Amino acid sequence: MNDLMTQIYQYSFAVDDVLLYLDTHPDDQDALAYYQCMKDARETAVAAYECQFGPLTKDGVKDSADYWTWVNGPWPWEGGGSKCGTMRKGCSTR
Amino acid sequence: MWNYEKRLQYPVNITTPNAKIAKVIMSQYGGPDGEMGASMRYLSQRYVMPYKQCQATLTDIGTEELAHLEIVASIVHQLTRNLTAEQLEAEGFADYYVDHTAGIWPQAAGGVPFNACEFQSKGDPITDLFEDMAAEQKARTTYDNILRLVKDPEVCDPIRFLREREVVHFQRFGEALRVTQENLDSKNFYAFNPAFDKMGGDCPCRK
Repeated sequence: MNDLMTQIYQYSFAVDDVLLYLDTHPDDQDALAYYQCMKDARETAVAAYECQFGPLTKDGVKDSADYWTWVNGPWPWEGGGSKCGTMRKGCSTR
Repeated sequence: MWNYEKRLQYPVNITTPNAKIAKVIMSQYGGPDGEMGASMRYLSQRYVMPYKQCQATLTDIGTEELAHLEIVASIVHQLTRNLTAEQLEAEGFADYYVDHTAGIWPQAAGGVPFNACEFQSKGDPITDLFEDMAAEQKARTTYDNILRLVKDPEVCDPIRFLREREVVHFQRFGEALRVTQENLDSKNFYAFNPAFDKMGGDCPCRK
């Protein structure tokens, strides 16, 4: 798994977990701040990943006028999820 | 409304097929305490839940269970792909193979098809939340049982993740139950059903 996907897994899990905590503790200020921090980090990692490797959600499909990149594999259940994909020109990973 | 994200909640990368263990793990797809029942249970219970924190909990845990369903299916798929009919038969998979080839279909390890009777939506917040807490423990026990049978670390790793989430969900449902009880009459939690007896005064048990 590449570094960006590892980051996405980690930040996304932090979001998934604190989300459930906030549902039953909606006034916990530390958890609110943690959610915001993890959500922002996740968004940055997802944007960088999508730029290089293609969309994670349909909203992440870039202006690919000549081909619907959403259909490109691998699909998650196939394993080795992030091995495919090629670096695109003009892509910033920052 | 749901949005699909093209990744698993936790990665599954299994390199050694093993149809024998797939048949056991399949129970957490469509078995009595599996992820299909879990997601349907919570997502179905939401509609008459009167408290907003509990509505959020049921929605978000129900959604996570859909991601767990996908993880379990991916494990079963990766354990059964690229095997011949002879290999599947030798690993005790012939009875599943004859009906489903190597496709994914919800059944228990013993072959019993998924059935909506494997979860409840009772329309009473206390009843439903106790069901949910018990369901999380039953799923945790099933994952513990699977972990005693599975030795492949590539399989154990995602199973351990799923097991841990059952423990977290149990905790959150316990908190949702506390929220519910704080909204009720502390002298008699059962005085009325807040999902049905809107004013709390017309329950037969109060007469």
